[in-house]
Amino acid sequence: MLQIDILLSALANGLMTGAVYALIALGLTLVYGVLHVINFAHGATLTAAMFAVWAAHDGLGIDPYVAILFLTPLFFALGYALQRFVIGPASHGSDSNILLVTLGLSIVIENALLAAFRSDTRSIDVPYGFSVIELGNLFLPLPKVIAFFASFLVAALLWGLMAHTDIGKAIRAVSREKTGAALSGIPVEHVYAVTFGLGAACLAVAACLLMPTFLVNPRVGNAFVLVAFTIVVLGGMGSVPGALIGGLIIGVVESLSGLYFGESLGQIGIFLIFILVLLVRPAGLFGARA
Amino acid sequence: MTGSVRLPILLAVIVLALLPLGATSNTLLNFMTFALIVALAAQGWNLLGGYGGQFSFGHAAFFGTGAYAMGLLQVRFGLNPWAAMPVAMLLGAAVGWAIGFLAFRARLRGAYFALVTLAFAEVFRILANAWAFTGAAAGLLVPLRLQAANMQFEDKRLFYWLVLAFVASALVLTAELARSRFGARLVALRENEDAARALGVDTLRVKLAAITLSAGVTAAAGGLYAQKSLYLDAAIAYGPWISVDALLAPIVGGLGTVFGPLIGALALLGLGEISKMALGNLFGGALPGIDLIVFGILLILAVAFAPRGLLGLFDGLVRRAKPAQGGEATP
Repeated sequence: MLQIDILLSALANGLMTGAVYALIALGLTLVYGVLHVINFAHGATLTAAMFAVWAAHDGLGIDPYVAILFLTPLFFALGYALQRFVIGPASHGSDSNILLVTLGLSIVIENALLAAFRSDTRSIDVPYGFSVIELGNLFLPLPKVIAFFASFLVAALLWGLMAHTDIGKAIRAVSREKTGAALSGIPVEHVYAVTFGLGAACLAVAACLLMPTFLVNPRVGNAFVLVAFTIVVLGGMGSVPGALIGGLIIGVVESLSGLYFGESLGQIGIFLIFILVLLVRPAGLFGARA
Repeated sequence: MTGSVRLPILLAVIVLALLPLGATSNTLLNFMTFALIVALAAQGWNLLGGYGGQFSFGHAAFFGTGAYAMGLLQVRFGLNPWAAMPVAMLLGAAVGWAIGFLAFRARLRGAYFALVTLAFAEVFRILANAWAFTGAAAGLLVPLRLQAANMQFEDKRLFYWLVLAFVASALVLTAELARSRFGARLVALRENEDAARALGVDTLRVKLAAITLSAGVTAAAGGLYAQKSLYLDAAIAYGPWISVDALLAPIVGGLGTVFGPLIGALALLGLGEISKMALGNLFGGALPGIDLIVFGILLILAVAFAPRGLLGLFDGLVRRAKPAQGGEATP
């Protein structure tokens, strides 16, 4: 009986973390869907957002959930500017160049954080940090429950934005047919930058949801970036529902392999899934067969 | 073509070989040895990435395998390092072949290939960090026995010259490869894989040969690194730093050229050291990661303004200067 309880709580924990993973992957898959390239600086941007949440809480005493209100637009602007003024001009439109430029950006961001904050691990202390919700025999940490529902809310908002607004339609037009969209008067560079901005905004929300239960150090993005890539590949590059379901699957896999193989080997499950999916079905579970 | 490359290789090697005779500073010698080891790893990356256009983000998988093989064969099996070196290179090449076989047969290209190599390197890193055989998190210590028979020298310059010999061989190998039929097929594949296949190039075989060779050279760099520092852990051997250095050096120096990796590695690591010192002084004390910030900015600038690297910039300057001398400058 106890065994089943532990298993169930690991499952629930995995699903809740997986929802935030899905939010992180959402930004990555969105950028991939439109620009057809991988943004390698995604993990470093998440780390920067987590440090921003930490700084807002530690320096100004702002609750992470309140920080969502101003960090989201801030990171939208940051993502917009990075694409418009750095990634776009530096890459001359070539795919392999975008890969290298975003790799360079990730190195710069990660090490700027290292220089500023040193390699210490930091966390924040919120009064509800250890609150739990009882569900039968299950004890669910309150911040994780909030993160779970908030992630789905953001995904729904993003879906609404893509489906019903002019910019959403423009993004979809550019992702389908770049030249045609440009010919019909859509400012392609602007749309690219908005897409990057939305990706970074998703990261800001994810960082605010993660910080009450996670730690941050300058290298934390490394772990997240491969998790996000795995989810995106698993769910099919560019697929939003794929990212959601992929996120939940990966969250559960990580939680279960942590339970059975221990903390240090827990991450290996994710990499193995990643390699396996890439080799066997690179189009992902929900993507069209290449 | 060969004649024009052989002489510069000879000159470069002579200059590099004479360097420690003039400067006896231990710090400089250590730095140069390290820079040449990185150059060797980068030369390996260049064979696959520069000539073949397959950008690996995980050459640490080969570097680390070479390094651990070199250390483990000595510590666990009592093998002489001179004998361990070729085994380490073969093992690295085998890992390269295996990863290449899986990745290329699944037709992974571009970002997908970059990601899968990165993931393999991370798997190796986690395993090396957890497995007792590799010394786990405590790392692996190769006992200090200063004897030429143990590839450990009283005079540090001897080891530097040994590393230089490896670099020289890799330069010659790259030059020979560039003018061979195999090299031509590899470049054709980089320029347009589908067209190359349509012309009858067995692209899978060419890519497999390239990654195997590339991994073997990078594994040699790993083996030399292990023998230089006599200490290894997972973050050093399989860490992302060497994957980044190995790809950055050819991009900064000149992608798909014989000298690009060497020039890139020397420029990059030199600049890294200078910025560590200069900016460290400026902020009062060492600033962690400052050299890597410079590397990252350099990568972005190289992609933006010098897609053919330092060698390309130099070429451009020479070409611009020449017509001016002849008095027929074009507007």
